[in-house]
Amino acid sequence: MNLHEYQAKRLFAEHGVPIPQGDVATTPAEAREIARDLGGRVVVKAQVPIGGRGKAGGIKLANTPDEAEERAAEILGMDIKGFTVRKVLIDQQAPGGIDQEIYLAVLIDRAARKSMIMGSAEGGMDIEEVNEKTPEKIFKVHVEPAVGVRGYQSTYLASAMNLPRELWRDFHKIVAGLYECFKADDASLTEINPLVITGEGKLMALDGKMTIDDNSLYRHPRLGEMRDLDEETDAEKEARLSGINFIQLDGNIGCMVNGAGLAMATMDVVKNYGDEYGCGPANFLDIGGGAKAEQVATALRLILSDSNVEAVLINIFGGITRGDIVAEGILEALNQIQPDVPMVVRLAGTNAAEGRAILAEANMETAVTLSDAAQKAVAAARGGASA
Amino acid sequence: MSILVNKDTRLLVQGITGREGSFHTTQMMEYGTNVVGGVTPGKGGQWFEAAGQRVPVFDTVKMAKEATDANTSLIFVPARFAVDAIYEAADAGIELIVCLTEHIPVLDMIDARAYLDTKGINLIGPNCPGLLTPGEAKVGIIPGSIAIPGNVGVVSKSGTLTYEVIDALTKMGIGQTTCIGIGGDPIAGLSFIEILALFEDDPDTDQIVMIGEIGGNAEEQAAAYIAQYVTKPVTSFIAGRTAPPGKRMGHAGAIIEGKAGTAESKMAALTAAGVTVAENPDEIARIVAERMN
Repeated sequence: MNLHEYQAKRLFAEHGVPIPQGDVATTPAEAREIARDLGGRVVVKAQVPIGGRGKAGGIKLANTPDEAEERAAEILGMDIKGFTVRKVLIDQQAPGGIDQEIYLAVLIDRAARKSMIMGSAEGGMDIEEVNEKTPEKIFKVHVEPAVGVRGYQSTYLASAMNLPRELWRDFHKIVAGLYECFKADDASLTEINPLVITGEGKLMALDGKMTIDDNSLYRHPRLGEMRDLDEETDAEKEARLSGINFIQLDGNIGCMVNGAGLAMATMDVVKNYGDEYGCGPANFLDIGGGAKAEQVATALRLILSDSNVEAVLINIFGGITRGDIVAEGILEALNQIQPDVPMVVRLAGTNAAEGRAILAEANMETAVTLSDAAQKAVAAARGGASA
Repeated sequence: MSILVNKDTRLLVQGITGREGSFHTTQMMEYGTNVVGGVTPGKGGQWFEAAGQRVPVFDTVKMAKEATDANTSLIFVPARFAVDAIYEAADAGIELIVCLTEHIPVLDMIDARAYLDTKGINLIGPNCPGLLTPGEAKVGIIPGSIAIPGNVGVVSKSGTLTYEVIDALTKMGIGQTTCIGIGGDPIAGLSFIEILALFEDDPDTDQIVMIGEIGGNAEEQAAAYIAQYVTKPVTSFIAGRTAPPGKRMGHAGAIIEGKAGTAESKMAALTAAGVTVAENPDEIARIVAERMN
């Protein structure tokens, strides 16, 4: 789960990370009031969970409450990479301006199997780009879980990044606070970009990004409530509540598969055979084990809620659940939903032949191999033309 | 021969009386796996009956280990309690821990993995289907019916995609030494490299199938290892070429982060290491079969 900037920064502040004073507005009038309370010189920032807000015109300076209201009116309702701006953060401008921008983050290094702190003096930029062009400007330290962040580690980062020495002590507090926050809230990323040195010579987190491990939300009810329901499509919400893994893509062949790896492989094969005809996967969908009628019906509803879908490929590997049982479940679900696009069902594994016989009797298009299924689905999406 | 699990496996099932645990323990016992007991806190003293046998249930792994001398433990415990179950098995002296549980928080696994490493204990998983040595031991949920004994080692991050490949091999008459799902979580136990090393050393394994997916760089690391240390032919498939960046594709670890973890990078690294990378999972069994002739 990705948090908004204002949520991330407030959580950082709970661990002693200095952030600008500010508040969230949902209307231009609110933005004006907040700006007035902050003394007028503010920055108005779109709250959408995606990078590149600045370039898209979602971050603007204002020097009076009137300007803040105008800027908020421009930004609210804007579309940034598919997200509608419903909230703006009104932050005080950095006192005395910005002297330097730094990058600082805590994340998980999968290869080292540890948390890692990453810093760069090239703050304010896309860190991926820095990593690509000048990887030597990024400095990293790993955190031993039982040891935590030690002073020498932040000293190394501060020295390597050429931070002014008088700020090292404060920098250490920020590094330790950001790691504490990461750990306490089960984050997979806490990132400050930029962490600035203000004109008054103080460190301050001007931006914040935080990803919470969804698997930990059971022990963080407070964080769970931070989920922005406006950022979720109806289909994504239904999927989440029914325990189906569903991700919308932009192709025209709906895919329903049991198992995440097989679901990805199915998408890949659909694209292999469909690409030259402009066909590709419309979604990733893992229905989990068993393929019971109710789950299949929910999954079908999700897939068909996308009007781009011109055919649906159901690919189920029956292991412990036998293919004939799966076939009966699929027929029951189809009876409930009555889809109006062509369907191709591929059953494999235990009792697959019996399952296919049941489906064939009900006049369903079936397939034996994954390649065969993908080709039939592509043909069906193209209106019966042979792929 | 085989790796990690075989006829000498003395298996304990943590969570044996739960719905999933009891169903799959029955399947394992019917397959002929040597299940020696189970653990469910509060149910010590009961018996678990299946396949015409009965095995004792204990309150703790320590008690179970003392009474049965189990060497392997399989964890069928819900996510909130699964990490505790891993520590418990480690502290009781279990040598191989297999954890099937999905949705364990990543930071918990970082701590647990660091602890297991200090004790030199092997973990498979979490979020995995377990292992199967055809004809000897089924430790987990890989369907026994789709596998036959033979000379191909299979290792994968996936569940059903692996079954798919095993099934295709079996249908061509090609058996397997051991099939292992290492799981799709960002932080896990044994990785591709460690399993590849075991297969390389196993005299009965002639070929290796390795199924990876987007996310992280375990496949790239495996490629570097293969180039240097693996002499047996490896056939691979990487799932997720069509996955968009920034989206988690079901498995917690299956995510392209920025430009890292793409299928292209993994396929290129494996190809450069001399691995045959299939475009399509259907091709794997055929490639393996052609090599046998």
